Order: sequence, then C-alpha cells, then structure tokens
Amino acid sequence: MYRYDQYDHQIVKERAAQYRDQVRRRLSDELTEDEFRPLRLQNGLYLQRHAYMLRIAVPYGLLSSTQMRTFAQIARKYDRGYGHFTTRQNIQYNWIELEQTPDILDLLASVEMHAIQTSGNCIRNITSDEYCGVAADEIIDPRPYAEIMRQWSTFHPEFAYLPRKFKMAYNGAAEDRAAIAVHDIGYTVVKDAQGEIGFKVMVGGGMGRTPILGSVIRDFLPWQHMLTYTEAIMRVYNQYGRRDNMYKARIKILVKAIGAEEFARQVEEEWADIKDGPSTLTVEEFKRVAAYFTPPAYETLPAADARFEQLKAENKGFANWLNRNVRPHKVPGYAIVTLSLKKTGVPPGDATAEQMDFVADLADCYSFNELRVTHEQNLVLADVKQADLFALWEQAKANGLATPNIGLLTDIICCPGGDFCSLANAKSIPIAEAIAERFDNLDFQHDIGDIELNISGCINACGHHHVGNIGILGVDKDGAEWYQVSIGGAQGNESSIGKIIGPSFSAHQMPVVIERLLEVYVRERIEDERFIETTRRIGVAPFKEHVYATPIKAKHNAGEDAYA
Amino acid sequence: MREIIKDKAVIADDWTLLQLAEGDTPETVAVLAGKVIVPLKVWQAQQAALQGRGDIGVWIASDERPEALKGEVQNFPVIAVDFPKFSDGRGYSIAYNLRARLGYTGELRAIGDVLRDQLFYMQRVGFNAFATRPDRNIHDALKGLTDFSEAYQASWDQKAPLFRRTNREEKALQE
Repeated sequence: MYRYDQYDHQIVKERAAQYRDQVRRRLSDELTEDEFRPLRLQNGLYLQRHAYMLRIAVPYGLLSSTQMRTFAQIARKYDRGYGHFTTRQNIQYNWIELEQTPDILDLLASVEMHAIQTSGNCIRNITSDEYCGVAADEIIDPRPYAEIMRQWSTFHPEFAYLPRKFKMAYNGAAEDRAAIAVHDIGYTVVKDAQGEIGFKVMVGGGMGRTPILGSVIRDFLPWQHMLTYTEAIMRVYNQYGRRDNMYKARIKILVKAIGAEEFARQVEEEWADIKDGPSTLTVEEFKRVAAYFTPPAYETLPAADARFEQLKAENKGFANWLNRNVRPHKVPGYAIVTLSLKKTGVPPGDATAEQMDFVADLADCYSFNELRVTHEQNLVLADVKQADLFALWEQAKANGLATPNIGLLTDIICCPGGDFCSLANAKSIPIAEAIAERFDNLDFQHDIGDIELNISGCINACGHHHVGNIGILGVDKDGAEWYQVSIGGAQGNESSIGKIIGPSFSAHQMPVVIERLLEVYVRERIEDERFIETTRRIGVAPFKEHVYATPIKAKHNAGEDAYA
Repeated sequence: MREIIKDKAVIADDWTLLQLAEGDTPETVAVLAGKVIVPLKVWQAQQAALQGRGDIGVWIASDERPEALKGEVQNFPVIAVDFPKFSDGRGYSIAYNLRARLGYTGELRAIGDVLRDQLFYMQRVGFNAFATRPDRNIHDALKGLTDFSEAYQASWDQKAPLFRRTNREEKALQE
C-alpha cells in the first residue's frame, strides 16, 4: 500500500497544527461557530444529535493493521469503544469531544492518516473497488491512479468551496464494484485498441434527493491527462454549479440542466488551455506511486488444497461461509475473505475496539498486514491462503465476524440514521435490526439468495437506498417517522434507480413489508433468477399489489395507516 | 485609513471601494475623484468617462465573469474579487482565470467575507492582496498565509505540481 514520504508527512502534520489552532480559536471565541463550521467540516467533524462525529479518511478503503489498531485505540480512548465503517469506505466515531480532536489528528498523523476533506463542499475521500489488485476480473489496478488523485485533490486551493460535496470513484475491473455510476465523477480504467491505458469518464451521477446515473462524457482519456481533465471538470462546476439551493447544487443537476453533451463541450473548452501543461502526469510519477501497489510476496501454491476440500465437505457451516464470504483470488491457492460486520443485533458497519484489534491480528497473521473497507460496510482480508481459511473462519466466528451473509438479505447497507445523525428524518438502525431479526434464519436467506437491502434515514441517501434491490427511505410526516419503500434499484454494471412502490409505512410494519416483497419474489421467480432479475422482468405492479393487498397491523395506533 | 495585507505585509490602503447603494444605478452613480475600485457594472456603464483616469480599479462579483474584462485587464492597477460569504468559492476560479487565462499581473485583491483561514488558498490561486474583514485582527490573519510549506498540486503561485518540482524518492521495492 502507499506509504507517506517526507512531503506527505509534512502536509498532514501542518494540517494537524493548523486545525489545533482553529480549535483553540473556537474555544476562545476568536472564531464564531458560523466561522468554525466550514473549517471543522473540511476536517470531518460534524455536530450530531448528541455529540460531535469525526469521520476519518481511509483512501480507497485500504488500510494497514497498524492503522486498524489505531482505530481501536481511538475507539477506546476517545469514543465509547466502537466505530462505524461507512459506505464511503471511511470510519466514523459518534461520541467525540471537540477539545480532544486535535490529539486524535496527531495520533492519526503518526500512522499516516487524517480526516482531511471527509466532509464539507470539497473533493471527498476517493473510493474504489475493495478487491483492487486481487480480483480475477481486474483489467488494471486503479489504486495508483486513485492515490495520485488523492494527492491532487488534497488541499486543492481552487476547489475547497465548491457548490456542494464532490465524490470520485475508480473501477478497474470487468464488474463494477465501486458504484461509479452514482458518483460525481466515476473513472473506469480501460485499454484502447492499441493497449494504451486511459479512462472512461462518467460525470454527474449521485443519489440524494434527485438520484441520477452518471453520463459518459469521454470514452477514452489517456491516463497522462487525468489531472488536467479533472481540473477542467472542476473549474466548470465551481463556476456554473448552482449555489442558490443546496438541493440543486450537485454537479448532476448542472449536467442535467445543460445536457451531458454541452457539459462535455465546456469541459473540453476549459481543458484546451491546460492540456499538456505541467499537471500532465509523467511516467516517472506513475511508476513512483505504482511501486507501492506491487503484489505482495505470494507463495507458489497448488490451486486446490486437499485438506481444505475435506474440511469444506465435512463442515456445513464452513461451506456456507465459503460460499458467501470468500471469493476467488487471481493467484492460485489464495482467496479473498470478507468479514461480515452485519451480525444480527449489531448496527450494520459497527465494529468494537476488540474486533478492530482482532482483525488487525488476522491481517498480520493471514493477509500481509493489510485490510480493506467495503462500501457495503464490511471488512476484507484480500490475500488469504486457502489452507488458512478454516483456522481463520473459526477465529472470526468466535469474534462475531463470520456471519455467512455477504450479499444476502441481512447484509444490509444502513446509515447511522436518527439515532445519531441530525440530518435524519427517521431512525434507520432499528429498521435494519428488526428486518435482520425477522429473517435471521440462514437457510431462508440462502434460499432468497443475492439481494441488496439498503436503508437511509433521510433523502441524503447515505444508505444508498436508491440503488438497493429493496430500498428503504426514512421520511418525516407531521413529525412522525415513516418509511418509503422502493424496489428495482441496483449498483454495478447494470445500475438502476429503484421505483417507489406506494405510500409509506410505519417502522413496525417494515418486516412484514419485506416479507411480502419476498413472497412475491418466491412465487414469481424462474429457476435461479435473482430478486433483481425477477423485479426487472415483472415490474413493480405485482409487488405493489401484494404488499398493499391487506392492511398490515400497526403495533401502535399513532397515525393512520398510510395505505388504507 | 484602513489596512490590508498586500504582498505578505500589512499596509495602509489608499483605495476606496465603491458599492452600489439602494437606488444607485451603474449608469448614474457618481465615481468620486481619487483611487476608486468600482463594480464591474459601473466600469462597463461609465467606461468612456473612466478609462482615461488611471486611478480606477474594478471589482468582480462572484456571479460575474472575469472574461468580461478580456483584453483590458492590464489597464487596471487593481482588480478585486468579492467573496459575499466564506463558502462561496467561485472567486477562487475567477482569480485563477484572471491570472492564468487573461494574463493579469497587477494587484489582485480578495474582498468581502475574507478571513485568515482562506488566505492560504487565496494566495495560491493568484491573490496577492487581502482586505480581511475589519472586525478581525489583520496581523493575526497574516499568519494564515504560512499554514502550509508545501502543496501537492499546481496552481498560480506554483506552476509545477510537487511531482515535477521534487525528486520524491521511489519506494524501495521490498521493505
């Protein structure tokens, strides 16, 4: 993975010092809260319902065991013993004291980490595929490009006060696992007919109030031009993005308003001035960064391990886990392991300090000291020997991290919601928990198969509800919490935005709503059809009809049944 | 006399900033004698009368385009860019374009909601003068110019990105 050199260290240290002084000025009232807010936000510090929340950047989701142990240390010393991994591959802590944040940043700087631009109207942490460098279907490892973009976007002086937040994602594999279509810019690394490397550039995707899939504005951008072309996009957006209404300020609204073609034309015009200028990437710089992402020292192993095969045949629990949580690796004899942070009864994405220390130990023991955070809020050990899988599984199971539910119904993406977040209209974690409890039966989950259930507590869509096969959105109606349900959303190569099935539900009705949706799927599915495929084939109507056929008894009488 | 920061020092400012009051129109507002920074609209409306004076600067609002001054930027001893609020970042691109695209080399001044913690970015995109908010200590604000000693990316102050300016050591392949 990338390691800081003297320049990276210096910049992050100077940032920590700058921020410490900003906090000092706030505490002594030299800065008003209004003046301090944009400063702390650019450093990932939000004021939530009960306390400050601090979000720490995990660039493209990759971190070392040392960094993970530091997360555990922060959880213990400065929070309440746990942290929350987010859909942007970051971690956030929910119970932070403002006075202690400078010390946390110093601690992070000592392990080459920071909270720079994890919030605010600036370029946020760059995200990518959690299987970079190890996926069998990878064409090009995008991490060197993501790291180069991380450095370019860090403290870019011109683009720190954009109309709205700005998210970039990279994908370099056949299957898009980085949800690039719902990012402000999505880069797909591609090769042209001559074998030259470049990017397909997609702009203007996003979720929130107006979910839109990105538009391709350039089919092939040679890699050397990555920074100058991005600069052109940013300059057009910074000048012409709307600033009068925060709900219409994302780049997607600008692209939609003037059309992708016109937007592309403006970018090309802006680019003409800076193309081939000093920010054009050099082979030397690419090589310097790419050297950090060379493969680890893999052993030469047989593709299949006899003992492993035997254990798999003998142990159903192990086989289930292999089936859902382990993926093929591009190197024979190795496997990619996903540790589930979706155990029923635990808020999705949460990990305790003990679990963080434990996964750091697993990484040291089995996976070259590295870990990844997925945008589905799980953790990945990317380089595990097949022969080690059984031992790893037993240990992970003992620590509550081996629920064999990756990609299944209870692998729910969920934002912190109304329990923590001051933006939320409704709670999301209790909905996830109620659904997980209702469908805790693993045989049932395996029968339902691949399905993505995503929950957001408000229209900002941190829980990616628009691209959930089933999406749940918390809404506020006359001060009460209600939930709007959509189906047919998807991420990946065939991204789509879900369609709302009808009037919203109360929290108590939600498990039954999900049950009824699944009943329709089970009734209508053909052979191995997945939930999303059935939904695409038969449309929303049969689901709607069944869900609203008879009233779902509300536990409380508060409010009218919206569907009645 | 009001103080500003110019070229990294606090100096007395002898320019007057003209702002349209209610009822003023760009065509009729009186531009007094002496060094005056006028709104872009006033410059455009009264150009014939003002262009011979030599003591006229112009200021650009965040929703105006610097390209409106294309070909004539060098006639102004000072061009100012207004930041109506801290979070309105259009002025950064306006400044960059004034320097990089329109070739302006005179005093480029940030006005409006200008505070210490923006100055580092502002100087990077081409501002060399800062009329910081009068309710704050300007000597304190000066410290904002030196928050960082290095930057990754190119901008106006530093034409080459870090990777072209320095020899960032390649990592030893096996650590």
